[in-house]
Amino acid sequence: MLIKHVRANDPSSSEITPRSVFADRRRLLKAAAAAGVWALAPAAASAAKPARGEPIPNVVKWPKSLPEMPTAYDLATTYNNFYEFGFDKDDPARHSSKFKPRPWTVKVEGHAEKTGTFDLDDLIKPHQLEERVYRFRCVEAWSMVVPWVGVPLGDVLKKFGPTAKAKYVAFQTVLRPEEMPGQRLALLKWPYVEGLRLDEAMHPLALLTVGMYGELLPNQNGAPLRLMLPWKYGFKSIKSIVRIAFVENQPPTSWNIATPSEYGFYSNVNPRVDHPRWTQATERRLGDPFFSPRRPTPMFNGYADEVAHLYAGMDLAKLY
Amino acid sequence: MTRFAKPIVFALCLLPLAWLAHKGWTAGFGAHPQEYVNRFLGDWALRFLLLALAVTPLRQIGDWPQLARFRRMIGLYAFFYVVLHVSSYVVATHFFDWAAIWKDIVKRNYITVGMAVFVMLLPLAATSTAAMVKRLGAARWKKLHRLVYLAGIGGVFHFFMMVKLDWREPLLYAVLLAFLLGYRAFKRLRRA
Repeated sequence: MLIKHVRANDPSSSEITPRSVFADRRRLLKAAAAAGVWALAPAAASAAKPARGEPIPNVVKWPKSLPEMPTAYDLATTYNNFYEFGFDKDDPARHSSKFKPRPWTVKVEGHAEKTGTFDLDDLIKPHQLEERVYRFRCVEAWSMVVPWVGVPLGDVLKKFGPTAKAKYVAFQTVLRPEEMPGQRLALLKWPYVEGLRLDEAMHPLALLTVGMYGELLPNQNGAPLRLMLPWKYGFKSIKSIVRIAFVENQPPTSWNIATPSEYGFYSNVNPRVDHPRWTQATERRLGDPFFSPRRPTPMFNGYADEVAHLYAGMDLAKLY
Repeated sequence: MTRFAKPIVFALCLLPLAWLAHKGWTAGFGAHPQEYVNRFLGDWALRFLLLALAVTPLRQIGDWPQLARFRRMIGLYAFFYVVLHVSSYVVATHFFDWAAIWKDIVKRNYITVGMAVFVMLLPLAATSTAAMVKRLGAARWKKLHRLVYLAGIGGVFHFFMMVKLDWREPLLYAVLLAFLLGYRAFKRLRRA
């Protein structure tokens, strides 16, 4: 006869965690840590579910994606800096429904063998779409982890045959004040412009992005075409691109025009170069518990091994 | 009716906090809850500070002497929301990272100014009781409490400097404050 002796430190059956709770332990721990009884609040269960976008077929998974869990879709699509749709974080999600991301063309200009106006699909189609999970770090010291869908920017740019005079690439966002209420206020100089050195634009991490979470980009996240430069602060990753120009001199960039002392041309994520408004040494990851320490920000947002060589010999405190 | 006026105003001043708790409970504070709570409490701290500064002009312009009874309560509520605002900064924004907080205070002008306002309000809150007015003497008490003008200016500056681009809301507060302080300056000049 088998007799089970219950020892003092054996768990009683009432203490054994149900499988469902165990499987959901991370979320539950976070919720519980968020503040005791507040974990029981209806808010924890009934977050509004945003409408989802159109799924993108034929996407391959990039092997070097971050192993981290992506930020929740509803956080990444309701907390956005896209001043064309308003200046508060929830404005882009609320005021972008009138925006029409299709049909869409991109004008390619400047020092290249092939220039002209191209349909968005014709730009993307020759390339294999990849899903890449990247860290995203805003200059305002918050961050997220997002599975983007796109093609390497360099592969697209090479097809135009940039000439020896092409040293930089300039990008421009669409100007449609009738669909973009933020553009009716001249707080930034519209249209939004950004730029990269040609070697930065050709870097294999630079992603010309058409989707996120396996779906077409929502309007508030820069539909239908944006950059994703994971080693730079978010504002460098320009949204709703209508113009790409190969140029000889460093092109103007919107935030640098607005406040040159705060935003430089390079704007690489750099925990050692402090910003007058925000510490860049640490960040707040969206979705982390309310009461939790901030996370340390790594150099080049964790992509130093891949991109540090681009800036060898440069004084990054001066060329911020 | 006047018997209930104070408790009613007392309860009204708690409404923003009740609203915050209700939103947190039912809908949550959104994607960046630490920022949301901190901004919300900061907004109301500044609003109550301006409201406290509005009591005397409203009383005199509107010939409404009963208003004076609420000045202390509203002033203390301003302090209450400032304390909550600072607490959320320490606990939620920085999670007790005192080294980072100290660096913030020293390096970032808007935080330097914000903390200075907090420090200025401490002696005012501490001397808000009738016993303290008596101990200090009305003249000295009045002189000390003029610090609130500087705190108001500091509070609006704190907001102005913190804003990245959209200065419309801080500008509105600046205009209101200019009116509230300008009124006092005007009265003083006329008396002189």
